[in-house]
Amino acid sequence: MQSTYIGRPTPLYFAKRLTEKLGGAKVYLKREDLAHTGAHKINNALGQSLLAKRMGKSRLIAETGAGQHGVATATGAALVGLECDIYMGTVDMQRQALNVFRMKLLGATVKEVDIGSRTLKDAINESLRDWTTNVRTTHYVLGTAFGPHPFPMLVRDFQSIIGKEAAAQILKAEGRPPDCLIACVGGGSNAIGLFNEFLDTDIRMIGVEAGGKGIESGEHAARFADGSIGVLQGCKTYLLQDNDGNVLDTHSVSAGLDYASVGPEHSHLKESGRVEYTFATDDEALAAFETLSRTEGIIPALESAHALAEVIKVAPVLPRDSIIIVNLSGRGDKDVQQVAKIKGINLCA
Amino acid sequence: MQKTRISIMFEALQARNKKAFIPYLMAGDPDAGTTLQQVLLLERCGADIIELGVPFSDPLADGPTIQKAAGRALKSGTTLRKVLSIVRDIRSQTDVPLILMTYYNPVFKYGEKAFIHDAIHSGVDGIIVPDLPPEEAGELIKLSRQGTGGRRLDTIFLIAPTSTPMRIKKIAAASSGFVYYVSVTGITGAALEIDEGFRRHLDLVKHATDKPVAVGFGIATPDQALKVAQIADGVIVGSALVKVFNETPDQAENLIRGLKEAISK
Repeated sequence: MQSTYIGRPTPLYFAKRLTEKLGGAKVYLKREDLAHTGAHKINNALGQSLLAKRMGKSRLIAETGAGQHGVATATGAALVGLECDIYMGTVDMQRQALNVFRMKLLGATVKEVDIGSRTLKDAINESLRDWTTNVRTTHYVLGTAFGPHPFPMLVRDFQSIIGKEAAAQILKAEGRPPDCLIACVGGGSNAIGLFNEFLDTDIRMIGVEAGGKGIESGEHAARFADGSIGVLQGCKTYLLQDNDGNVLDTHSVSAGLDYASVGPEHSHLKESGRVEYTFATDDEALAAFETLSRTEGIIPALESAHALAEVIKVAPVLPRDSIIIVNLSGRGDKDVQQVAKIKGINLCA
Repeated sequence: MQKTRISIMFEALQARNKKAFIPYLMAGDPDAGTTLQQVLLLERCGADIIELGVPFSDPLADGPTIQKAAGRALKSGTTLRKVLSIVRDIRSQTDVPLILMTYYNPVFKYGEKAFIHDAIHSGVDGIIVPDLPPEEAGELIKLSRQGTGGRRLDTIFLIAPTSTPMRIKKIAAASSGFVYYVSVTGITGAALEIDEGFRRHLDLVKHATDKPVAVGFGIATPDQALKVAQIADGVIVGSALVKVFNETPDQAENLIRGLKEAISK
C-alpha cells in the first residue's frame, strides 16, 4: 500500500536552480507533496484508518486546519470503508474551500466549528468532544504529533518513514548524510517525521513556526518564540496563553500552522537543545512560495513555504559543499485561491 | 485536620437517608455580582453543595451551553484569581460547601501550591479538574490532602460509563469527599437515558468504593433527578441551570425548587 497507493518512497529532489540562486548549501527537497492527496498527512491518516478498521470501529473523525489532514482521513475512510466526519473551523473552511469540497467528494461530512477562534484548535476541541461521546464506535484520527498519549508517539511513528527514506536517499545521491534538516512546525508531524531518524546524530535541525505578522504584533503562532509551558488537549507543552492560563488567539497566513500549541516532543527537543526553533513571517513565507514556484516549477503549500523561507535565510551562509534537506510537506494547489486573494486578484472575474 | 464541609454535608444527609442536591453555576456568568446572588438563591432553595465553574478558553468536557457561559464569563474578566475573590464574597454570607470545577491549565499557570493555599483560604472545599487524570494528579492530591492551617481540599475525580473495574478503583481511591459518576459518554448537557446499563455500571461504582457517589452530566429535569436520586448519593445539575439563569432567569427559582423537591423525596 505504501508503494502502490501512497506512492512511496517520495523522491528526494536536488533543487539545482534554487541552490544556484541562493549561492550556498545544496538544497534537497523531500517531496511529500507528491504523496497521494498532496501532503505527508496521508502517512498517518492511512495508518490510523487501518488501525481503526482492525479495532472494529465503524466511524472515523478528524480535525483539520489546512484541510490536508481532513482530505487524507476522508481518503483513508473511503479506502477501508468507514464513515467519516471532519471538524473544521469556519475561518479555515473559507480559506481552504477547495479542500472542503474534496472531503465531500470523498464521502466525508464536513462539520463546521463556529466557536472560539474558529480554527484548528477549536476543531480539535470538537473532535475530542465527539470522541468522548462516541468512543465505542468511533476512532479519532488525530492529525499531528500532539494530544493525549499515545497520539504524539503514534503519529511520529507513522511519519518517521519520511526521515528513513531521506537518510537512504541522500546516501545514494551524495554518499554522505546531510548537514542540516529544515521543516515547518504547526503541530509538528512532518518535522518529527523527518527529524526522528536523525535524532541520535549531530546533524543540525531547524523547526520553523508561523511568525504571522511578526512577534511584536502579537498576531502569530510562534509558540517557542513567545509562549510558555502549559497543559492543553491532553499534553504538557509550549502554549500561547495569557497570565491566567487561557489560550490566546493565533494568526498565520497558513491554516496548518495557525495553532496555539505544539507537539510535546518538540518542546522536549527545544528544551534539550537538540533542535533549533525559529519562525518565518507571513510575508517571508509568501515570498518563498513564489521563489520555489518560479525557480523549480513546484508550488509548495504555504505551510512548507515557511520551511523554505528558512532555507532562503540559511543556505547562502553555509558552504557550497554542505547539504540541506527541507521537507516539502505539501503541495500548494489548495493555497492558490488564498494567495490570489492576498494579491488582490479575483479568480472568478 | 478538620473534615471538609463536603464530608460533613454527606454524613449529615446520609444520617437522614437523604441525597445531595448539587447545582453547578458558571462563575462570572455574566458577572461576579450575579454569581453571588445566584449562589444565595440556590442555598435558600436547598442546595446542599454548590459547584462553581471556572471559565476557560477551551472547555473540552463541556457542551455548547457551558461553553457559551464560559465565553460570557471570560468577557467580563473572570479569571481563576477572580473566581477565588467571588468565593470570598460568598463566604462572607454563607457556609454552603463549595466546589470549583476548573480545567487544569489555569491551575498549572497559577501554580499548584499557591492555588491550593489560596483556594483553602478563600473558602473552597473541593476541586474537580476534568482534564487531569489521577495518574497526573499526584502532586495536586498530596497538596490538597496536606492543606493549610488545619484545613484541606477534597479532590473529586470523574468516573465514566466506559471506566473498567480496575480504573474505577483507582479513580475512587484518588477521590475524596465524593466520587463523580459521569452518567453519559460525552460532554455536559448531553441527553441522559437512565437505563439498565446505567444502573448496572453505577452499581459497580458503588460497590467499588465506600465514598458517596454523585451523578452528573445530562440531568435536566426534576423527573430525571428523582430517578437518579433513587440510586445515587448526590445529583449534579449543570447545563439546565446555566441555561435557565441565562435565558429565563425568572423561571430559575421554579426549576431549582422542583429539582430539590424531587431529590428530597
